[in-house]
Amino acid sequence: MAVEGKTIDALSQFELSPVLGVFGDAVSFSQSNLFMVIAVALTFGLMSATATRGALVPGRLQALGESAYEFIAGMVRDQVGDEGKKYFPFVFSIFMFVLFGNLLGMLPYAFTFTSHIAVTLTLAVVVWLAVTVIALQRHGMHFFTYFFPEGAPVWLAPIIIPVEIISYLSRMVSLSVRLFANMVAGHVMLKVFATFVVLLGGLGAVGPFVAAMPLAVNVALVGFEFLVAFLQAYVFAILTSIYLHDAVHLH
Amino acid sequence: MRRVMTLAALAATLPTLAMAASSSAVPVDGMPQLAFGHPTQGRLLVGQVVWQLLIFIALVYMMAKVALPRVGAVIEERHNRIAADLEAAQAAKATADAAMAAHRAATEAARAEARASVAAAVHAAQSEADAKAAVLNTRLNAQIAEAEARIDAARTSAMGALRGVAADTAEALVLRLVGKADRVAVEAAVGRELATRGRA
Repeated sequence: MAVEGKTIDALSQFELSPVLGVFGDAVSFSQSNLFMVIAVALTFGLMSATATRGALVPGRLQALGESAYEFIAGMVRDQVGDEGKKYFPFVFSIFMFVLFGNLLGMLPYAFTFTSHIAVTLTLAVVVWLAVTVIALQRHGMHFFTYFFPEGAPVWLAPIIIPVEIISYLSRMVSLSVRLFANMVAGHVMLKVFATFVVLLGGLGAVGPFVAAMPLAVNVALVGFEFLVAFLQAYVFAILTSIYLHDAVHLH
Repeated sequence: MRRVMTLAALAATLPTLAMAASSSAVPVDGMPQLAFGHPTQGRLLVGQVVWQLLIFIALVYMMAKVALPRVGAVIEERHNRIAADLEAAQAAKATADAAMAAHRAATEAARAEARASVAAAVHAAQSEADAKAAVLNTRLNAQIAEAEARIDAARTSAMGALRGVAADTAEALVLRLVGKADRVAVEAAVGRELATRGRA
């Protein structure tokens, strides 16, 4: 699959295919969705286990769940303030969904659903819609003053307002493309260097020695990808928090 | 052990899923993420988003209604417990401080009391000694005065006797020298003589 007639095929790893046999095919349930279900199950399992133990002095698993909880709770509190408390489950879900999507993708044979622009764009649109709805609920028509900062000269309005509207709309694009591009780039690189290992490994006696170089690169890339997996989940969550702050406080 | 078995089962499942993944009959041109025109990929891409929305809504619901409140309760309970323990420790410290202060005050009071009673005892002893000394002084003074009076009396009586003795001696002397003595004249002369010497 990786090497088809001495060409490097780094993109077929992103192809979707139905799972669960006929049923999956009928309802277009792909392996991407299966990994989403796994991610949700892992998140729910982790948090349930954390709550079920409920020990005063947490063990390792409970400490993991609690630190995830407190990490996002602290982020939402710092960014949005006390009004942000009710949006905490939403931000937490975003963070865990992206984080587990990225991390599951690091397992061999697994599928990285965050490498699909459709998936990241859907998440970004959900965030954008949620933020806009919250802002409209809290501020009503006053929300539209967001697009014209107070104190700016009125004659600048024709420039400022379109710029602000475009920047507001482009949040969806930047949020989704950042995550998608990071995950695709990482997995393509992994695949390309892994293919090099196979291709160079076949070069007779010197093969194994030459192949060690791309293998070393891949080892480094795996570490780097784990960093990116956490970092991108963090970025997605903190940007969501910042947008929520804007929605709650308007600048 | 069971955990290892679970992980092994998961690791065995993943390749099976991946094998099923490469079943695309029509080759995909370019990025599969953007192959909306592909007969199977396009359908699966749309399905992926629909399923994603359902799955994500389920995740948010489970987190908001079930999992996070329970975890929050656990953390809250721990915070309360720590706060209560700290409060109890604070109270215990306050009690200990109060006890220490009471102890110190009691020690101070006892010390002051002891000092006062020592001073009182010293004072009492002093005044008793003073009184005894005064009594003794009075007695001694009285004895001295009595003795002086006795001495005075003795001297007076001796002085009184002295006149008689002087008169007798003078009469005997006069009688021997002259042959006769006038008792009354002698007595008068002696008296005169004594008076001139200041012994009368």
